[in-house]
Amino acid sequence: MITSEKHSGGFTTDVIVYVVLLAIAGLQIILAYSSSGGRELMARMLVVAAAQALIAVLFFMHMWWERRSLLVSVAVVSLFVLFAMQYSWTDSFRILRMSPWAH
Amino acid sequence: MSEAELTVGGHGAGLMEASPFAIPTKKLVMWLFIISDAMTFAALLVAYGFLRNASSNWPAPFKFSPSIINVMVMTFILISSSLTMLIAVRAAQSGDKSRAFTWVLITALGGAIFALLHIREWLGMIGEGVRLFQNPWGAPLFGAAFFCITGMHLLHVTCGVIALLIVGLRYKGGRYDSGDLEILGLYWHFVDIVWMFVVPLVYLLSIEH
Repeated sequence: MITSEKHSGGFTTDVIVYVVLLAIAGLQIILAYSSSGGRELMARMLVVAAAQALIAVLFFMHMWWERRSLLVSVAVVSLFVLFAMQYSWTDSFRILRMSPWAH
Repeated sequence: MSEAELTVGGHGAGLMEASPFAIPTKKLVMWLFIISDAMTFAALLVAYGFLRNASSNWPAPFKFSPSIINVMVMTFILISSSLTMLIAVRAAQSGDKSRAFTWVLITALGGAIFALLHIREWLGMIGEGVRLFQNPWGAPLFGAAFFCITGMHLLHVTCGVIALLIVGLRYKGGRYDSGDLEILGLYWHFVDIVWMFVVPLVYLLSIEH
């Protein structure tokens, strides 16, 4: 089954999404230069990048017009694995300070 | 024909299970591949974050000119190539093979230009003394992290360009249909999405103030 025109929005939708993605990319540049850095900037960058990715997945990859079960399945699996990857951050802090000491 | 014969898969249509999520198997396989590849990139980026967090002197070498300007141009090209891919798929769905193939070629050209700009950037970094395990600025693993992440993305872009040319030619020759172009489009948009994470996390968090 091919995603037909009525299952993928119109060309106008594509152009609007394209402009929005470019605008968000520009916002990232502005954010980067208006901040001195640090974890707060990283968090903002991640949020903006995630918003950009979500828009691209929903509209460029036509997930908006697919069955909700596919969207839910992709989201649940992806988020689970992404969260599971975050286990190592405490170790990075330990290495930076070299404490608590490894025995 | 008895139900048993149909179930066993004898002659005729047989009893087929409905495709999961009501999409063609090829499309589902592409989604599964995209998810797995996204996890690969996520793991690379988490590892990069770990290294950065564990380093007291992570370099911030990217000047506005030429590095950030180069990144902005590359981002514009890649996002635009996603749009051109959508145009190609729409043309294919409406039956205009010639127009669809033209837009596939334009998409591939965008990818090729992106790759060339990326290689040019790499050569600039190497010229400044960045190697895998040393650089003139700080933490020695900066080079390995940078080249690994951007290299992996560059590999995906390059493979995508090759796939665009092959699938485009086969579509034009009648071997593939618009559905196949759409499925390849999913991969190309994925490559674009990965870049949306690479730019802020690798480049914009390391700009030279």
